[in-house]
Amino acid sequence: MDDDTIFKALADPTRRHLLDLLFKSDGRTLKQLEAEVAMTRFGVMKHLRVLEDAHLVVTLKAGREKRHYLNPVPIRMIHDRWISKYRERETSALLALKSELEKGSSE
Amino acid sequence: MTQGSSTTQVYRIVIKASAQAIWDSITQPDWTARYGYGGRVDYELKPDGKFSHQASPEMKSFGMPDEIITGKVIESDPPRKLVQTWHPLFGPETSAEPHTKLTYQIVENSGGVCTVTITHDTTGAPYVAGMIGGGGDPNQGGGGWPWILSDLKSLLETGKRMAD
Repeated sequence: MDDDTIFKALADPTRRHLLDLLFKSDGRTLKQLEAEVAMTRFGVMKHLRVLEDAHLVVTLKAGREKRHYLNPVPIRMIHDRWISKYRERETSALLALKSELEKGSSE
Repeated sequence: MTQGSSTTQVYRIVIKASAQAIWDSITQPDWTARYGYGGRVDYELKPDGKFSHQASPEMKSFGMPDEIITGKVIESDPPRKLVQTWHPLFGPETSAEPHTKLTYQIVENSGGVCTVTITHDTTGAPYVAGMIGGGGDPNQGGGGWPWILSDLKSLLETGKRMAD
């Protein structure tokens, strides 16, 4: 579950669309997902395979059906590694600017 | 966070640790006190055995009850599979809902790496379902399973928590 695999999986509009579909309604079968995407069954399967390899989608068997679930864990990890870090710096830069400006106005 | 119509939620993470180490980190109090929201667990690892998760000192300081999660063990197959009921007593909303069903599965892959999958069946418990997904701020208790699992990964792989 390295960053490259996750970013590559996310770097495709159809795959992001599939994740959004699962976010809206989780646990869908291939048939249900296929109905929402303008693509052949094989194409959808290939995209789902990439999402599964990146652990963004986990499949579970329910009787004879295979259901697809959105796994938010890799996205959480990307967030912690790549987003919150930079947002923190931005916030502290703004706070430093604020104290700098306020220092100036009180003098 | 609304995750749609399914009453089952699935969380998966890959951890570079042995299945036994991961099993211990889930079932032993000295481990559970060290990651996520902390607190010591008490598991009777047999069918119909008791499960209890005690509040951490921090949770207690916020007025939470001593026992914050209660439940029963359904199946224990160390170090691979643990099925249990899970009933959080965080507040009146979760206490009023029925017990949910939680399954931990640990699969050993090549290269000393394990895949850990949590399957959480929240049938009849929409409030709990809305909490466990982790749409909120982890520092306000909103981290859910994604945050707890990534913290566990960090602890087992580096000996440090994410926040350290």
